[in-house]
Amino acid sequence: MSQQNAVEVIDVSKNFGSYQALRSVNFEIRENEFFTMLGPSGCGKTTLLRMIAGFETPDRGKFLLHGRDIVDIPPHKRRVNTVFQSYALFPHMTLAQNVAFGLENLGWERARITARVGEMLERVHMGAFANRKPEQLSGGQRQRIALARALAPEPEVLLLDEPLSALDLKLRQAMRDELRTLQRDTGITFVFVTHDQEEALDMSDRIAVLGSGEVQQIGTPSEIYEEPSNQFVADFVGETNFFEVEVLESTEKTATVRTPFGQVISVPSSTHVLPGKATLSIRPEKLNLGDQAQGVAFQAEVVKKHYLGGYSHYQLSVGGVEIRASRRNASREGDMISVGSTVHVGFIEGSARVLAA
Amino acid sequence: MSETSENPTGATRVQRRRRINLPYLGLAPSWALMGFALILPIFIIAAVSVAVRGAYGGFDWGFDLSGYRQILFNEGWTGEMEFTPQYLSIILRTILLASVTTLLCLLLAVPVAYWIARQPGNRKSLLVFLVTLPFWMSMILRVYAWMIILGKDGPLPRFLEVFGAPSGMTLMYNDGATLAAMVYTYIPLMVLPVFASIEKLDGPLIEAAHDLYGNRWTTLRRVILPLTAPGIASGAILVFVPALGAVLEPILMGGGKQMMMGSLIQLQFGGGRNWPFGAAIAMTLMIVVMLVLIAVALRSARKEAEA
Repeated sequence: MSQQNAVEVIDVSKNFGSYQALRSVNFEIRENEFFTMLGPSGCGKTTLLRMIAGFETPDRGKFLLHGRDIVDIPPHKRRVNTVFQSYALFPHMTLAQNVAFGLENLGWERARITARVGEMLERVHMGAFANRKPEQLSGGQRQRIALARALAPEPEVLLLDEPLSALDLKLRQAMRDELRTLQRDTGITFVFVTHDQEEALDMSDRIAVLGSGEVQQIGTPSEIYEEPSNQFVADFVGETNFFEVEVLESTEKTATVRTPFGQVISVPSSTHVLPGKATLSIRPEKLNLGDQAQGVAFQAEVVKKHYLGGYSHYQLSVGGVEIRASRRNASREGDMISVGSTVHVGFIEGSARVLAA
Repeated sequence: MSETSENPTGATRVQRRRRINLPYLGLAPSWALMGFALILPIFIIAAVSVAVRGAYGGFDWGFDLSGYRQILFNEGWTGEMEFTPQYLSIILRTILLASVTTLLCLLLAVPVAYWIARQPGNRKSLLVFLVTLPFWMSMILRVYAWMIILGKDGPLPRFLEVFGAPSGMTLMYNDGATLAAMVYTYIPLMVLPVFASIEKLDGPLIEAAHDLYGNRWTTLRRVILPLTAPGIASGAILVFVPALGAVLEPILMGGGKQMMMGSLIQLQFGGGRNWPFGAAIAMTLMIVVMLVLIAVALRSARKEAEA
């Protein structure tokens, strides 16, 4: 391997009492990437982040930071900085003092600290606020200062613990762009923790989906969305419809299945599934309706319709099973699909996927 | 425009006055209690301090500053004023003892409070309860317990004998013994407010300090102490003020060899039969303490304004 990994998580386990927070987790975070740990609450993502920071110790396993084992190194000696969910700005210090805190502890010279603090405050567009106190700031501004404070010492890895969750929607979207830009400009490895799949898909180079203390899948955003490795990932990231199908024949990558509607089709498969019952996943936007229907087709009744302008979301009923479909309103034809009517539904074989449980 | 706007404001003004009056009326019992139990006694002591000493104890109402004068000067046989430092030295010694008590309480209480604040919920309540436990017992009994611990053949001298201390030694009847009992008596008053302020301290703030390369000492000095200063200040006041007036510990533990202000005041109201002098010392003490507290408050207010 030519390029060293920023962080390597090796066989890490952690119990809190009888609760298994992490079960022998393994993955690596590459140099200079925007890496996201995505999962529902209680999946262990925050525990992993806190272990990299040094606030928790694993029961088993180790963490390598640029090849060095850091498990026994206390937090203040790790070249890793954290952006806390609650920002954790020091309320008795000005913004400039907050940003300078880490640099002072590293023993930087006064002049260099002053220059760096000014540079960092400018970078997050807070230069005019240097002498304010945190209590005088809005949520978004505090967020920026927390970022500036954590980035100022040029850490080997920047850890971000759900930093956007306390912001309102509009600000959150603006901050996504800013975070991404900061990551590209500084070239620092970002490790981002979130339960928001949209944030993860939007910002990350790679995503680790965590569930019940285990890594469910690691991959690029489109790999995670288009090629989920199991039902958990397909269900947690984006929306999906599950159908029970019968596997007739299978290989490593594909499976021939009989759909509930009677057709026999060949679809991609996440693992080599055994003949018998299996689950087929189709994303709502991959179900085409009415005039757009093509490929494998069936009939469904429209139960509910949410018209959102550019898109419409439909709740359909097929053989007593509720499924969801969404349709891009490229023309006004979509208006013709009304609640109570029966509609043609179709999907392309390649857009469905047989998933491991 | 002005006419239409005047009417509504007039209406709200009437409403506001009504709204303010009622709660004040409701507070009347507490005002009465405060007046009778706190403010009136101070005025009485102030009046006594300038009263004329009665011929056979007690006092007669009047205006005579000899009680205050007596703190510093003694009236000789021929009526000349003679500077007598003995009362002043009692006052200074008392302030010194109270200060050292406060400082020791602070040094011992901060780590304890910090440790308690970091415990899980259930254990935290239990530990806070245990800190207050000594208060459930009479103070005299607790001081007697210390007399046994430090006294002749007590556990501590016996323990020190193991390390070569002379046998039959007593650690009683000196300033150290007084101090030990004082610290023991007043330390809960320091632990509780310090604990409250440390507990309020946001956990991530301490993590952030460590995260930004602050070791334990830096974190304590630059984050924990500045943010818990109000709790430390109120703990210091809660210990310092009663320590100034301590009577029992100096008498029982110190053997009464060194007169303290509390005993001095008590003596004037008792055997000394000089109420105006006793009241004058008490007033002086109160004024000095108030001036110090006001100075501290002003200084911290100025610091706040500067920042």
